Amino acid sequence: MTTLLDVRGMTKAYPGVLACDGIAFDIREGEIHALLGENGAGKSTLVKMIYGLVRPDSGEMRLGGTLFAPPEPRAALADGVAMVFQHFSLFEALTVAENIALGMDDPPNAATLVKRIRDVSTSYGLAVDPDRIVGDLSAGERQRVEIVRCLLQSPRILIMDEPTSVLTPQEVALLFRTLKTLAAEGTSILYISHKLEEIRILCDRATILRNGQVVATCIPAGETARSLAAMMVGSGLAVPEKHRAKPGETLLEISGLSMRSMSPFGTRLKDITFSLRAGEVLGIAGVAGNGQDELLLALSGEERSPPGTIMLASRDVGPLGPSARRYLGLLAAPEQRLGHAAAPDMSLSENALITAAVRRRLVRRGWSGLIDWPATDRYAHEVITAFDVRTPGVTNAAKSLSGGNLQKFVIGREILQDPRVLVVNQPTWGVDAAAAAAIRIALIELAEQGTGVLVISQDLDELMEISDSFSVIAGGRLTAPQPTRGATVEDIGLLMGSTGASDAAA
Amino acid sequence: MLRLEPRPEPSRRMLALTPFAAVLLTMLAGGFLFASLGTNPLDAIRVFFWDPLFDSTVASYTRPQLLVKAAPLIIIALGLSFGFRAGIWNIGAEGQFIMGAIVGGSAGLAVYPAEGVWVFPMMVAAGALGGLLWAMIPAILKIRFNANEILVSLMLVYVAFNILAGLVTGRLRDPDGFNWPESRNFQAYPSAHNAELFAGTGVHVGVIVMAVLVLLCHLVLRNHIFGFHVRLAGQSRQAARFAGINPHVLTALCLGLSGAFAGLAGLFELAGPAGKLSTNFPLGYGFTAIIVAFLGRLHPIGILLAGLLMALTYIGGELAQFMLNVPAAAVQVFQGMLLFFLLAVDFLVNYRIRVRLRPPEDTGAAPGTETRGDTVNGPGPGKSGEEPA
Repeated sequence: MTTLLDVRGMTKAYPGVLACDGIAFDIREGEIHALLGENGAGKSTLVKMIYGLVRPDSGEMRLGGTLFAPPEPRAALADGVAMVFQHFSLFEALTVAENIALGMDDPPNAATLVKRIRDVSTSYGLAVDPDRIVGDLSAGERQRVEIVRCLLQSPRILIMDEPTSVLTPQEVALLFRTLKTLAAEGTSILYISHKLEEIRILCDRATILRNGQVVATCIPAGETARSLAAMMVGSGLAVPEKHRAKPGETLLEISGLSMRSMSPFGTRLKDITFSLRAGEVLGIAGVAGNGQDELLLALSGEERSPPGTIMLASRDVGPLGPSARRYLGLLAAPEQRLGHAAAPDMSLSENALITAAVRRRLVRRGWSGLIDWPATDRYAHEVITAFDVRTPGVTNAAKSLSGGNLQKFVIGREILQDPRVLVVNQPTWGVDAAAAAAIRIALIELAEQGTGVLVISQDLDELMEISDSFSVIAGGRLTAPQPTRGATVEDIGLLMGSTGASDAAA
Repeated sequence: MLRLEPRPEPSRRMLALTPFAAVLLTMLAGGFLFASLGTNPLDAIRVFFWDPLFDSTVASYTRPQLLVKAAPLIIIALGLSFGFRAGIWNIGAEGQFIMGAIVGGSAGLAVYPAEGVWVFPMMVAAGALGGLLWAMIPAILKIRFNANEILVSLMLVYVAFNILAGLVTGRLRDPDGFNWPESRNFQAYPSAHNAELFAGTGVHVGVIVMAVLVLLCHLVLRNHIFGFHVRLAGQSRQAARFAGINPHVLTALCLGLSGAFAGLAGLFELAGPAGKLSTNFPLGYGFTAIIVAFLGRLHPIGILLAGLLMALTYIGGELAQFMLNVPAAAVQVFQGMLLFFLLAVDFLVNYRIRVRLRPPEDTGAAPGTETRGDTVNGPGPGKSGEEPA
């Protein structure tokens, strides 16, 4: 195979960070090439430079032997480099064909375009109906629209940024088949991911980045997930060890919880029923947007629910707000860190106060309502120390922390309040491997001390790793919990797909 | 070539510097304005900003006026600042100011001519209550029907004004006043008079209350859970909800507080400097206080300084009217420009201006073609190394 894209000495510095430091690698024709690294390793910056979104400080690229320095994505596209982003850029109110036409410089007439979309989708097994409204499509279908949009430009290199994070396992299998067909026809694919198993199955070669530098290039099929992880992280990873404590009495009982969503595009919760026992870790799997956010809001108390639907240790907490629920020991950590769990411009101390005011008595007793700032600073410091949050101090703004560090802070802030029940949504989303492992270990330890832990996550491997039992949420409905032991990722995936596909749009 | 670039963190220094930059720019633009009116700009600026405080002939009269005018502005702005921080926009402080004066003044007139130390405190309480209740109208409409509080509170200013106009020609008209559309003069009612406490200083009870409120608000914002909730709600509604703050309660508290403060200011003004209710009573303090609140960065100490500055433009404007023959509207133009320039330079807090020395047409492979620099003052804080990795 001949080299298609040759990258030499690419360097890009941002204030305070050297995002890419002399990165060199090459992609061959018809190859699926993995770019592997933790968050902040430089993957995004590198592909943005290849796609013309970011201009490198130094270094050069050659595409098919000629110098390649795209000043903007349009130029990269003209030279045959296309990219499917992690977050889709589609208009929900328009049809598939209209969306695709919008992205073209010189769109053909509607009938021709529809025919071309059909051709591409049949030849690559990408089931997409050009006439459907994008708003009605599932995440997997939307991704196919994005891929078709790229393929219509007949790219020489297709860049895929974390493509599987929104897919069910079955959709992932479908995607891999498409990518392999493409590669067999000579299209090169640059595949960005931190999911090791995927890369082992799919990719011909892998370039591994750490701290902005290439640390290794390997053939992933010849490696184990563990050895890839070691290259990626640079040291051995602590693996959470699942506890085997006997679950105790029932702490949280949800029965027949139905609720409308606050947001117009949200999902309505339908007849959610489950119970959580002391010392148990219950996982809730599901594709994004199937009611996870609504469930968290209902449990945290941000949305009140009808009497009798949420019982905490036999006490009705449905009509209570977040502070009263915290007082009783029901704590929550939402998915969105900045703007929901934490206030971006406030200091870590102030952010500690947001949820810990009640249980840690950070507001002086009596009706004076004065904040005990020294105690608040101490608590924030305690969280930082206990959860190894890398930050200069408690006065730093929340938004100055990296995603993983802020997540450790947000989860740690709840754990150190000694909750009776802790609900977390996507606890390790966008967090590097080391921080993710630390968070999972902390959650398991918390359960060992007798807390009921509810983990809502789209990461099935994570749920398999830490949960004792799991349910699947799809279209606002929750399946009956079943033990994790003995279940496989495929089983969960089937549940996600079968209940989700028909209900998700409703 | 100039380029705007978002800062990784809002610049604290710019936050403090931009009000001063706005004042300087206002002086500059005001100078041009006066020059075009045929007045020597340096004279005009001296008359506006210097003579009221230091001129040997007029200062003895104008200096006390500074506190008299600043006190209502500062009291109102302090109340507004809580709502503005939380994203609750009370634009109708003028109406609450009027209603405070009407309710507080009516309470005093109701017991006229009774004398006693209880009369004035009772009027003060009634004044605060009047402003509070008037502000509860937009609050309740917002909570119950999600009506926009900006529009409701603003429109209620005109309602309040018409109530005032109706009352001074009706129920509140001075029976001994030869049918003038005015109430009794509180300056002639000793127990109700908000008199100057120290001769020649302009200090009346309202000024003392203002000073206490500045400190109290400062304390509440820093150390009280209510102040924290207000700041949190201003940062992120969702985080505020997560913290357990009820947005309805917060709306009612912020509007009620600003209404009560405006009502207080209205009563102090009525019982003191103004003396009587009439259609000339509203001076626009409720609107000017919005500028004061923002010029003071919604910070109590900042508001104190901004209120004094704004009072100076009132007094300087009056002085300029009869010393330089500039039109009365010049004061409003001045105040308007101040807010305009403040908003204009505000973007420096979150953005910095980058100057590119070479055009970007080269291959992009050459490093170091960009020089960074803030327009106003030295290098920015980009070196802090706190960029999320």
